[in-house]
Amino acid sequence: MNLTLKVWRQAHANDTGSIQTYDAKDIPEEASFLEMLDIVNERIILDGHDPIHFDHDCREGICGMCSLTINGVPHSKEKGITTCQVHMRKFRDGDTIWIEPFRAKAFPIVKDLMVDRSAFDRIIAAGGYIDVRTGSAPDANAVPIGKHDADASFDSAACIGCGACVAACKNASAMLFVGAKANHLNRLPQGHPEKDKRTLALVRQMDAEGFGNCTNQYECEAVCPKEISADVIAKLNRDYTAAAAREAVAD
Amino acid sequence: MSQETLVFRNECTNFAGNRFILHYFRFSPPIFLQKGIVLLKKPEMNALGKALIGFWESSIGKKLIVAVTGVMLVGFLIAHMVGNLLIFQGRESLNDYAYFLHHFLHGWGIWIFRLGLMGAFVLHIVATIALVRENRAARSSRYAYEATVQAPRSSRMMIFSGLTVLGFVVFHLLHFTVRVDPDLAAMKDPMDPSRHDVYGMVIAGFQNPLVVLFYIVAISFFCTHLNHGISSLFQTLGLRSEKTKWITGKIGLAVTVILWLGFISIPFLSSVNILKDKGVPEKSAAHSAVIEATTES
Repeated sequence: MNLTLKVWRQAHANDTGSIQTYDAKDIPEEASFLEMLDIVNERIILDGHDPIHFDHDCREGICGMCSLTINGVPHSKEKGITTCQVHMRKFRDGDTIWIEPFRAKAFPIVKDLMVDRSAFDRIIAAGGYIDVRTGSAPDANAVPIGKHDADASFDSAACIGCGACVAACKNASAMLFVGAKANHLNRLPQGHPEKDKRTLALVRQMDAEGFGNCTNQYECEAVCPKEISADVIAKLNRDYTAAAAREAVAD
Repeated sequence: MSQETLVFRNECTNFAGNRFILHYFRFSPPIFLQKGIVLLKKPEMNALGKALIGFWESSIGKKLIVAVTGVMLVGFLIAHMVGNLLIFQGRESLNDYAYFLHHFLHGWGIWIFRLGLMGAFVLHIVATIALVRENRAARSSRYAYEATVQAPRSSRMMIFSGLTVLGFVVFHLLHFTVRVDPDLAAMKDPMDPSRHDVYGMVIAGFQNPLVVLFYIVAISFFCTHLNHGISSLFQTLGLRSEKTKWITGKIGLAVTVILWLGFISIPFLSSVNILKDKGVPEKSAAHSAVIEATTES
């Protein structure tokens, strides 16, 4: 199949950047989206030009490294998958595909389609953990956890931290990511002792990184490759309000 | 720096009892001036103050303020609509209601209410504008290819529909509360000339088709704001969950439709002469005569 690509090219972080047009000829239908970019890049290299830079790692939808906003939608309009799981058979011969980086002030562009998502790492470092005694592993079922809580926590733990929620949000808000991290640990007995501290620290770091505010439009849950529900945002709002109130008045 | 050598240190405290150590270098201002600066420093905020400021500065804190003031404003709208609908009961009901509003708690009631409403309105706007500014800054570069997956149109123009509401409120207050039109301001209740004729004023105020059109367009725009706003309340207040989300959107839509019909009905029905000033009915004239008789005796 033959395609026209409109790709964001930006030489370095401080470059203004622009959309460049590339012809992608003779692309096999069974190629994945990233393999299509690999083929285009090989031809660009043969022509002696700088290939299109993009993030990728496992290419099986679990590492959270691939990004790309495809025709305005992070990870493409296909539901519940990452960019590396998108296949060219989802496109038609002759299509024009717009490929842009995840856009947010908190995700500065490194080069072309690569963005720096270390703001997420700093949020995790601020509160996305539990304190445990190191040494021998505790017995697996020593702490009983109800089925409902285990399921809810596990649904949030599915977050791979790819940043699609931020990229899809009109305000570049990271509430779905932070909500997932908070809900993952706040739900469990192991996370309970540090619940307030964690919730306040996660939200404060999120604000400090320059992410926007949620306007309840739920674009994030629509593009999340792990289909995390925006319910975690309501839970985060509830937990944060309670934690802030306790911080203000309790001993 | 290399020129400066430490001559001595001096310790002092400010209002809040915070201790400062002043380092006196060869070229630094005299120690009494430095002490003055320390004394003038704002006292350190206490833990409660810090927590409150932190709450306002956080994204969720400001959103919560928008939601809570939103609940207050929607509550006002419902009461306002119910009060307005008294117009369909006739002149006496509406004018009695207006008289009550202006005189309960010896006339203080309405001002307490107005101040509360004004406070909620201002906080709602101030917090929203702060949030929108942050949101614009957070998405500084836009997509060349913009796409929306599921965000409804009403949710994407909240700031514009909100600013329309602000414009509408100013117009509406000048129209019926301040009454800049001297003809509307001078109307007296034919049953009791000592009080203002709200009933007659509303019907007379909606005889101009341009005014009616403005009200209908502005209220409709207002209702798109309410539709997303009321549905969002539940999310921001943390009340939307797997159990409740089937109904939160429906509540938003239902309240919006009821408010829209209630508010639109009066200008619309006045303009098409279905709701018209029927003058003073016989029974009420007799009734007011009785009142006059009792007051005289």
